[in-house]
Amino acid sequence: MSFLDLKNVTKIYPNGTKAVHETSLSINEGEFMVFVGPSGCGKSTLLRMVAGLEDITKGDINLEGKLINEVDPSERDVAMVFQNYALYPHMNVYNNLAYGLKNRGIDKQTIEKKVNDAAKLLQISDYLQRKPSMLSGGQRQRVAMGRAIVRNPKIFLFDEPLSNLDAKLRIQMRLEIKKLQQKVGVTSIFVTHDQVEAMTLADRLAVINNGIIEQLGTPIEIYDNPKSLFVAGFIGSPQMNFLDGNLKNKTLSAEGFEIKDINSDFEGEVTLGIRPEHLSQTENGLINLKVDLVEQLGSDNLVYGQLKDKKDFCYRCPGNQTIEKGTNLSLNIENNKYYIFDKSTGKRVN
Amino acid sequence: MSRLFTSSFSHIILFIGISIMVVPVWMIFASSTHTSSFINTNGLQFFLGDSFQENYLRVLLYKGGFFKEITALKMFLNSFIMATGVALLSVATSLMAAYALVYYRIKYATLLFWIIFITILVPLELRIFPTYSVMAELNLVNSYFGLIVPISASAIATLFFRQFYKTIPDELLESAKLDGASTWRFFIDFLVPLSKTMIVAMLIFMFVFGYNQYLWPLLVTSSEQYWTVVMGLKMMSGSIVHRFAFVMMSMVPPVLIIIILQKHFIKGVFQDK
Ligand SMILES: Nc1ncnc2c1ncn2[C@@H]1O[C@H](COP(=O)(O)OP(=O)(O)O)[C@@H](O)[C@H]1O
Ligand SMILES: [Mg+2]
Repeated sequence: MSFLDLKNVTKIYPNGTKAVHETSLSINEGEFMVFVGPSGCGKSTLLRMVAGLEDITKGDINLEGKLINEVDPSERDVAMVFQNYALYPHMNVYNNLAYGLKNRGIDKQTIEKKVNDAAKLLQISDYLQRKPSMLSGGQRQRVAMGRAIVRNPKIFLFDEPLSNLDAKLRIQMRLEIKKLQQKVGVTSIFVTHDQVEAMTLADRLAVINNGIIEQLGTPIEIYDNPKSLFVAGFIGSPQMNFLDGNLKNKTLSAEGFEIKDINSDFEGEVTLGIRPEHLSQTENGLINLKVDLVEQLGSDNLVYGQLKDKKDFCYRCPGNQTIEKGTNLSLNIENNKYYIFDKSTGKRVN
Repeated sequence: MSRLFTSSFSHIILFIGISIMVVPVWMIFASSTHTSSFINTNGLQFFLGDSFQENYLRVLLYKGGFFKEITALKMFLNSFIMATGVALLSVATSLMAAYALVYYRIKYATLLFWIIFITILVPLELRIFPTYSVMAELNLVNSYFGLIVPISASAIATLFFRQFYKTIPDELLESAKLDGASTWRFFIDFLVPLSKTMIVAMLIFMFVFGYNQYLWPLLVTSSEQYWTVVMGLKMMSGSIVHRFAFVMMSMVPPVLIIIILQKHFIKGVFQDK
């Protein structure tokens, strides 16, 4: 049995909103699990059920083999970092960190040692006497982390803790969280709607849509092998290109081109997915792109344009290639890296 | 030039306003330091006399009332006990009532709140006889308990605390819960310190409210031993300077409370920023 086990967990809010459907998931000890999905998909609800802040409508949650459905949040020994940090505004940083320890009846000297250690780890030792209102966003973030770490809980829960930071700080804190988690080794669940955050942090990630886990796996597995149209579209930046097509006798015909010998027996309307980075320029390629706009990122260029049927399309090429607006590019799909989805169900068929 | 003009103009207006409020009080005070025969012949005075100590001591220690058994000093003590009791009790009950209304999943909490709120529209005078008979049944007439408790449920304070609690983000409670805080600890460690500014403001407000009570103490006390300052003001007799001295002294406790507590009040306001 794994460290944390969710079995057929369902959440229906009193107003009838079904936020989480029959979700099952196992998380191993020390693992960094990320829940990613669009806003409103039920990520926070799932996390809050683990924390004990929401009742579980149906299903079981087991922690270290013990059923914790009815265990009070204060007794679950989990720590949570909230989006707005929820620091205690009337306590200084030291007391913010110490509060949870005091409530557990730990003696003063041990508390002092633990708080100082955590403060050192997070480089907030200089602010221990300050109130949260006198700290910058990044410092508050660290205090929130410190409050979680100092208790040495069984699980860290993070609910979009980076979304209140500016872009640069967000990337920096992302790295620090990952490093910290590896150092401390505490099992963590991290909720985010940002797929880049999800990809970079996760040991494994769960892509959630409409209260259902669409796919569970390591970031690379999910990127390389998306099981559904939703996952394919959600993971990866810029987004995967989608084209309509028809699959018959292992041949896919789309507007203007055909792909033969497809490894699928499916027949019918399909959606073809191609990642912008899986294309290359050749003569007489499959796809003809009329360039509208080029975004130069330095290392890469993002080339936006239209196909024959006026469909928007994106191609990513190395930054040293110069591509003029208005030119026509001929592109091929590298190494047959394309994805075919059943148009009606969104399921992957190749 | 025109700024100088408007600024001095507004100062003049302010000065007139302050004079209208302060001058009569000053004249009462100045007059209370003269001998009564001097006031009787010369009228109200603008400058201090030299009978301050004599007049004020006499007022404080003179045994008055029908049975000549209550001094002004005792009245001040009674008023102080009553006002402090009302302030502490009403703030404590309002804090807890608001806590229950906001944080407990009470059915019809909003309805309950509005019922509490409606009592603001019912003045004490309207419920004074039923309240009196309850106190009489409980044998609490002529006691501090009887003076304090019936007027110590404050809908206004409950309203203020409730509105304040509603602005506290839920994450604070959730965070505290995960940190192992019990219901009671959350109240003591979070809500009370966070509402400190408001508590001080309410303490001042309710102290003055309790101090200014007239009708209720009049009704619920038959023994002179429980007379309050405000009752004393009504029943005063004797020479004009002694009455003036009593009036002056009657203003001291509320003013003192405001001066003492306002430090915390202002500190709280600045800290919250
Ligand atoms: N307290 C609540 N009462 C009713 N519905 C809620 C409540 N909290 C969240 N929901 C609904 O449940 C769904 C999932 O919410 P949430 O878990 O917060 O999504 P996410 O964190 O993925 O953005 C949403 O449709 C949301 O409107
Ligand atoms: Mg959320």
